[in-house]
Amino acid sequence: MNALSRRQVILTSGAILMVAPAQARSPGQPASARQRWGLLIDTAKCAPDCNVCVESCKAEMGLSGHDRPLTDAQYLRKINVKDPATGASHSLPVMCQHCAKPACVDVCPTGASFKRADGIVLVDRHICIGCRYCMMACPYKARSFAHEEQTDQQPHLPRGKGTVEGCTLCVHRVDQGLEPACVESCKAKAKGAMLFGDLNDPESDIAKRVAREATTRIRADLGLEPGVRYQGI
Amino acid sequence: MSTPTAFTQIRAYSRGWLALMGGLGAVIAAALAAVVYMEHQGHWVTGMTNQVVWGIPHVFAVFLIVAASGALNIASIGSVFGREEYQPLGRLSALLAIALLAGGLAVLVLDLGRPDRLFVAMTHFNFKSIFAWNVVLYSGFFAMVAIYLWTMVDWRARRFYKSAALGAFVWRLILTTGTGCIFGFLAAREAYGAAVMAPLFIAMSFAYGLAVFILVLAIGCKMTGRGLGDETLTRLVRLLGLFVAANLYFVALHHITQLYFAGRGGVEAFVLTGGGLITFAFWGGQVGLGGLMPLIIAFAGCGHAPRRRAMMASMLVIIGGLAQLYVLIIGGQTWPLDLFPGMEASSSFADGRLHAYAPTLPEVILGLGGIAIALAISVVGMTALRILPASLGVTSAPCCHHK
Repeated sequence: MNALSRRQVILTSGAILMVAPAQARSPGQPASARQRWGLLIDTAKCAPDCNVCVESCKAEMGLSGHDRPLTDAQYLRKINVKDPATGASHSLPVMCQHCAKPACVDVCPTGASFKRADGIVLVDRHICIGCRYCMMACPYKARSFAHEEQTDQQPHLPRGKGTVEGCTLCVHRVDQGLEPACVESCKAKAKGAMLFGDLNDPESDIAKRVAREATTRIRADLGLEPGVRYQGI
Repeated sequence: MSTPTAFTQIRAYSRGWLALMGGLGAVIAAALAAVVYMEHQGHWVTGMTNQVVWGIPHVFAVFLIVAASGALNIASIGSVFGREEYQPLGRLSALLAIALLAGGLAVLVLDLGRPDRLFVAMTHFNFKSIFAWNVVLYSGFFAMVAIYLWTMVDWRARRFYKSAALGAFVWRLILTTGTGCIFGFLAAREAYGAAVMAPLFIAMSFAYGLAVFILVLAIGCKMTGRGLGDETLTRLVRLLGLFVAANLYFVALHHITQLYFAGRGGVEAFVLTGGGLITFAFWGGQVGLGGLMPLIIAFAGCGHAPRRRAMMASMLVIIGGLAQLYVLIIGGQTWPLDLFPGMEASSSFADGRLHAYAPTLPEVILGLGGIAIALAISVVGMTALRILPASLGVTSAPCCHHK
């Protein structure tokens, strides 16, 4: 009587697949080009005085800083934008845009700047020589240079003085099937302005939204095809 | 047929030689101390930030690298273009090219966040990066010019002279194109991002390289008691004028193009009128001292003897060149990246506002160290090899042409 029927087994396994972190990768399994991780940010839900995403990024990445705004790293920042002609203004988080054709990767002499198969742009700090050419090339000012010794480092993000760093899209979390820290905190503590997901999966929320609604990319004219899209700018 | 030129080494360990090498050694030691300090503390002790990521060391480094390829021109004019009157100057030209490049690269490498990873840069290449190509071009330049110099110094290698000269000439043009493209390929930086950067850098290299060459030649001949005739100097200063004019032409072309693009009006207004120190460096340093003044000295004549005219013009070109690179490198980064064209932006990361940069002493010392390294290599080269002609004509009295 207690034995499961074939039908029950199939249904149960389907339910497990739906609730489990479907995109988690096992260690050693390479990232796949079948996925294209991206973000959709709705600026209508992003309050100018809200800094939840920035704070969660700092905590997640161990960016304690040295109280030196010009040289401390900022992976994620809030930019307040105002149209001088109309007075309309809004606020939005800007981080590495994880471009499909990243300028930082093109210019990096050693290949330290690289793009994973799933579209996440990273820095290999073992071969970064600290030339900062990627910082010159990035149109989004998304990268920081580790100007001094770093303390309070997180095990998943070793930071080295003299190398360049930036938003990893919380790759350590994504590989576990979790969302980036900024997205999670925005959902939990703010208005849920950020949506994370696989742009290549037509069934994902993000893919459905970008297919249905008007979205824009910052400096789309440069043709870098960022993985971060915005609404309301 | 001209008579063969006699070349001699400069005498080592004379009082002047020791004083010069001692001075250069002291500057190099100070520069190395500055590097240890900056690398130990991290770059936060410099004026460079996450906004202005390349600072005064890069101004010096790019100047030296650009001047290196330009310094080779004198040799190329003699060998590639067959102008015999330039051939006695070829050896010094090639030696200076190697020395200046070494000085420039030393500064560039010592300013890296991880200079200890130079080996990584030599073994990991991303061939889509113009920077990686430059590593190849710089290394190749050393080899090409060393072979070229060898064919000039050793008569047994004379049969390779023409082909080595042509190879080095083509290589130097590609090298400076590559250096210009480092800036030309930056699409989002409004002050650069133009193909004209490559020919502009070639024109800059012609002017800077010749200016350095004239100064080293004139001072070298004076210090070692070699004759240096007015004819040579007059020819060189006129050539310098031509190169300065070419530089001004490309600068004008660049800015007129920028002004024509409505979206680049902001950065142009900043550089040309409202940029404070940057604007002053542009009009006063780059255009005034480094452009118009040398032109007047070269072509309108200032009544001074050729040696004095050549030295004045050369010094002005060097000052103007450093100002030009300051405007280009620092000015180009001072102007903020425009993430939202047509909109006003502000953030905790200095978006939407001009970025400040004030060089610190260690950075400046590192840059000067690059010059000292280049000069020290030149002096050692002239001491070890027969580089300088025994005489290049009769030196005139300092003020014989003074009206």
